[in-house]
Amino acid sequence: MTTDELRDTVLRMLGEIAPEIDPGAVKPDVDFREQLDLDSMDFLNFVIAVDQELHVEIAEADYPRLSTLDGFVAYLGERLGTPAA
Amino acid sequence: MPALGADMSAGRLIAWRKQPGDAVARGDIIAEVHTDKADIEVEVFTSGVVEQLLVEPGQQVPIGTPLALIRENGAAPAPAPAPAPSGTPAPAATHVLASPSAKQLAAELGVDLGSLAGSGPGGRIQRRDVEQAAAAAPAAPPTPAPAPTPAPSAAPAARAPEPGEAEDRQAGMRRAIAAAMTRSKREAPHFYLGETLDLSRAVAWLAQENLRRPVPDRLLHGVLLLKAVALALREVPELNATWQGEEAIRSDSVQLGVAIFLRGGGLVAPAIHDADTLELDELMRAFRDLVGRARSWSLRSSELSDPTITVTSLGERGAESVLPVIFPPQVAIVGFGRLVERPWISAGQILPCPLVQATLAADHRVTDGHRAGAFLTTLQRLLEEPENL
Repeated sequence: MTTDELRDTVLRMLGEIAPEIDPGAVKPDVDFREQLDLDSMDFLNFVIAVDQELHVEIAEADYPRLSTLDGFVAYLGERLGTPAA
Repeated sequence: MPALGADMSAGRLIAWRKQPGDAVARGDIIAEVHTDKADIEVEVFTSGVVEQLLVEPGQQVPIGTPLALIRENGAAPAPAPAPAPSGTPAPAATHVLASPSAKQLAAELGVDLGSLAGSGPGGRIQRRDVEQAAAAAPAAPPTPAPAPTPAPSAAPAARAPEPGEAEDRQAGMRRAIAAAMTRSKREAPHFYLGETLDLSRAVAWLAQENLRRPVPDRLLHGVLLLKAVALALREVPELNATWQGEEAIRSDSVQLGVAIFLRGGGLVAPAIHDADTLELDELMRAFRDLVGRARSWSLRSSELSDPTITVTSLGERGAESVLPVIFPPQVAIVGFGRLVERPWISAGQILPCPLVQATLAADHRVTDGHRAGAFLTTLQRLLEEPENL
């Protein structure tokens, strides 16, 4: 999966978790929770979706790295061995 | 029409889920109704057979209006059914499993729910399924509008999109909140007590617990707070009550209302039933399910009518303390501020500790500061032993 495909996947999952938001309007370097009003339940659902769809189990200690779209994609790229774009 | 909030006066029937002759069991969903705060699934509270539907979809009726006649199991049939309501016959109920918001959106976008596979629990069609189907459908050609023809099937007629519907829903929710909160502040003499809770043990226990759990089974720290509140009520039961007439009636079960914010604005506070008897896993599943359904506008009537106390939590964001307003007819509400790390003196040492401000707002007609203080002390004690929650 390329970095672009990862980004699209993350945005799609985000749209499924919080259908009220517009994934196309997500700013890549701004905290998800701040810009999208996500709460801890949304974030847990996000992590569960990644676990089930991409089979990447994310430790709670890694949550701070996932606060932005760029951070989330970079983290998944590392875990999946995706070459940088 | 059930009363689903302190100041709800009427509701509009959206659709029937059951038809005359259908067997129903206690807890089954029989109808969907629209209120100012949400679209609600109405449950039945007895088992039997639906004899007659008394209200048509689209009709708005005051609370207390009978919606249907149900013959209880073992009871004789009604001798002479009342004539069917006048007006146009009700369309046949669809038996598609879909959330109210999905049905509403499907009607607006002209999406056939019967053609969709739901992504929700049990194949339930969610709003996002409808959105995806609508996005995937080819755009309608801009042909001149033909003369209207009747729908080929008995499916409910699609409701024409109404401009400003989202704004109307928001306005309705604000009206409902305004009415309930104004009534509360007018009628219930609030007093407030606060306590800083040291969550060191709870947070450490949770981190270890989540390490050994598969991702879908992880717990949120908010669930520990919910369970601690539910258990603390056993020791201060007068807070678990509703004000009826001139007195508070204690509840013998804890129907824990949970304030859930909605991203478009507003909030609802449906109940987790019998929260004090649920294991943490069960409570987490119930909490997760409730949040999901609250945000997809598919709560059940009992969840809105049953709460006997409410918890509101600002989680990991927002302010450090919250002074909440009691939801009438309840007599107490517990607010938790944001979880923060602060210097804290413990056993003679200054240590960084995860802390949360707990505030109890209680009705002074029902209890007083001494008992309210006992409740907060109990909360702290329970949270110091998270393994026993």
